[in-house]
Amino acid sequence: MSAENRYNSYIPLIFLLFLAIPLLAANIQGMEVNGEFSGEGFLFLENGAWSQQENQSASVAATIELHHNFLDNASFTLDAFYRLDSKDDARSHGDLRLAELLYFTDSWELTVGIGRVFWGATEFVHLVDIINQTDQVEAVDGEEKLGQPMVHFTVPRDWGTLEGFLLPWFRERTFPGIRGRFRTPVPVDTDQAAYESGSEQNHLDFALRYFSTLFNTDIGLSYFKGTSRDPALLLSPNQAKGAIIYPYYQQINQTGLDLQMVAGEWLLKSEAYYRTGQSRSYAATTFGVEYTMTGIGGSMMDLGLIAEYVFDDRDDGWLPTIYENDIMGGFRLSVNDMDDSSVLLGVVRDLYSGSTIIGIEASRRLGDSIRLNLDSSFFIDMDFQDPAFSLARDDFVRLEVIWYW
Amino acid sequence: MTTSSLFSPRYLAPIFLPLSVFLLISHVHAETPEEKGLAIAMEADRRDSGFKDYTAEMTMILRNKLGKESKRSIRSKTLEVAEDGDKNLSIFDSPKDVKGTAFLTFSHKTGDDDQWLYLPALKRVKRINSRNKSGSFMGSEFAYEDIASQEVEKYSYKHLREETYQGQECFVNESYPVDRKNSGYSKRISWVDKTEYRLLKVEFYDRKKSLLKTLTVSGYQQYLGTYWRPDSMDIINHQTGKSTTLLWDNYQFGTGLTDANFNATSLKRVR
Repeated sequence: MSAENRYNSYIPLIFLLFLAIPLLAANIQGMEVNGEFSGEGFLFLENGAWSQQENQSASVAATIELHHNFLDNASFTLDAFYRLDSKDDARSHGDLRLAELLYFTDSWELTVGIGRVFWGATEFVHLVDIINQTDQVEAVDGEEKLGQPMVHFTVPRDWGTLEGFLLPWFRERTFPGIRGRFRTPVPVDTDQAAYESGSEQNHLDFALRYFSTLFNTDIGLSYFKGTSRDPALLLSPNQAKGAIIYPYYQQINQTGLDLQMVAGEWLLKSEAYYRTGQSRSYAATTFGVEYTMTGIGGSMMDLGLIAEYVFDDRDDGWLPTIYENDIMGGFRLSVNDMDDSSVLLGVVRDLYSGSTIIGIEASRRLGDSIRLNLDSSFFIDMDFQDPAFSLARDDFVRLEVIWYW
Repeated sequence: MTTSSLFSPRYLAPIFLPLSVFLLISHVHAETPEEKGLAIAMEADRRDSGFKDYTAEMTMILRNKLGKESKRSIRSKTLEVAEDGDKNLSIFDSPKDVKGTAFLTFSHKTGDDDQWLYLPALKRVKRINSRNKSGSFMGSEFAYEDIASQEVEKYSYKHLREETYQGQECFVNESYPVDRKNSGYSKRISWVDKTEYRLLKVEFYDRKKSLLKTLTVSGYQQYLGTYWRPDSMDIINHQTGKSTTLLWDNYQFGTGLTDANFNATSLKRVR
C-alpha cells in the first residue's frame, strides 16, 4: 500500500463525520452546515479502445461543508467529498478538500490545514496553478483538485500581496482504473508511484507568490520549489502483470507569471512559466483574449468569446504534453434568465497533428436548489503520436443533477 | 528651466483667474437648464457624502411576465473613497448553487470601473471587463450601470421642470451617460424631492429613445440623522413585462470597514 493510499484510508473516517457532524453542529452556535448530493451518468458513444473499459457508468457523490467563526477574524472550514462509481473502483474515492483554520488581521493572514489555492488567468489551460494536485479521476478536464496540507501566510500591502506556502505533504495524482475511460492503454499503477526525492511524499515543498493590481492589470509572479504535480508516466516491464505504467514525480523549480488586463472592451490574459528539474529545462506559455457582447439581438443574453493559444517547448518526447502548440476557441452564452442558464462551447486543436477536442457544457437551475449539467466531449482526428490519443474513443455525454442543501 | 515652462498653468493662472470669477458670477443670474441639472446632482451627492461606510442586506426578486418569481439574497458592503468612486463588495448567499460568489467593484468618477468576480468553488478571482455597462446584473432587470455607484461625473444633466410626485415637490431632470457608446440608455429622467434630494423615480430610455424601464424607489429612512436609504426599489421593463424588486434591510453605518476589506485577499475569504 502506497503512502497515498494510507492517506486515503483515513477518508472513510471522515465520512463518519457526515453522520456525526450535523448532530454536533446542532449543538454549536453559529456553525454553518451545507453540502451537495449529486448523481451522474456517463454514456460513451463508442466501445473503449482498451480492454475492460465500460460503455456506461453511473455514480453518486456527496459533499459536506462546515464553517464556524469562533472570532470575528478566526474561523474553521471543512469540506469533505466522496464519490461512489458503479464501474471504476479508482473513481470511487473521497477527499478532504478543505480542513483549515484561518486567522487574519488587517495586515496579515494565516491559514493552517488542508487548503485550496488557485493561481492563473487563462480559461482553457492552467499552466502556473501548482499548489493543489489534480483529481484526474474526478474530472477529465483537470479542473477538480485535491486538498493540499499547507501553512499559508499572506501579507496584503498597498504595493501588492505577498504569500508564502509551506507544503509538508505531497498528494499523488489520481488516475482512472481498469474499467474506467479517459485512461492510458494500461491503467496508471498508482501503487507503484516513484519519486526522485528520497523523502518521497514527505518532501517539504515551498512556494512564494506576489500579486498586484496596477491600474487595468492584475499581475501575479510565483515561484515553486518541490515535487512536480504532473508526473512523468513511465513504462516498466513487470514479470507478473506484463507492462505497467507508473507515475514518477520529480523535483522541480518553477517560476511563473500570470496576467489579466482590461484593454477597452477586451480582456487580455496570459500565463507563462519556466521549469527546471524534469529532464532539460523548458518554458511554456498561454495567452488569449476574451470579448463579451451584452444584450445580443435585443435579448438579455450575453455572449463571451474566447480565443487562446498555448505553446510548450518540450518536443523531445521525454515528458509529453497534450498542449504543445494548440489553439483554443470558444464561447460562453449566459442566458440571464431566472435559472442562470448557460452554454459553453470550446474547441482545442493541436496545430502539429490536427488532433481536435470539442467540449460542450450546458447548465441550468431547476427551482431553488437543484442544478442540471449536461456535458459532452468529442475527440476528433486524434493523432496516434499525441498523448491524448488514448482518449480517441472516449466521446461521451454526461448528465449530472446536483442538489444543494 | 526650459522655455516651455513659462507657459505652464502656474504662470497663466493670475491672468485667467479674474476672468473665471467673472464668468461664475454672471452665471448665477442666468443659470441654464444644464447648469441647474448639474447643480441638483451635485447637491444630492454632497448631502450623501461623508457616510464613510455601510453594510446592508438585499433580497432581489426576479419576476417574469407570467408572475413567476425567483429570489436571490445578497449582502452588500460599501466604502466611501475620497476624491473617487465608492468601493463595493456584494456577496451572494442564495440561490445555493451561487452561494459565496462575490463581486468586488472599485468605481471611478471618470473611466471604467475596476471589477472582479470571486468563484468560491474554484477559489478563483477573475477580472471582469466593466466597459459594457448595459449587461444584466445576475439575470435581473437592473443593468450593471444601474447598480454601479452613481457618480456625478458619469452623466451630463439638464433640468426639465418641477412637479409634484406622490405628494412631494420634485425636481425633474434628464441625464445623459457620458460614455454613450457603452451605455444601454440614450437618457434617464429622474424625480428627486426638493427637500431631501432623494431619488424617487427614474425612467430609462433605450438607445432608440423609447421608454425601456421605470424604477420607483420607496420606504426611505434616515440614518445617522443625515443619510437617506430606501427599503424598496422596483424596476419594470416595459418592453418585456419582466420586473425586479430589491428589498433592502439591516442598514448599518460606521461599521469600521477599511481598504483592507476590499482587496483580493479579503475577497478570497468572503463567506
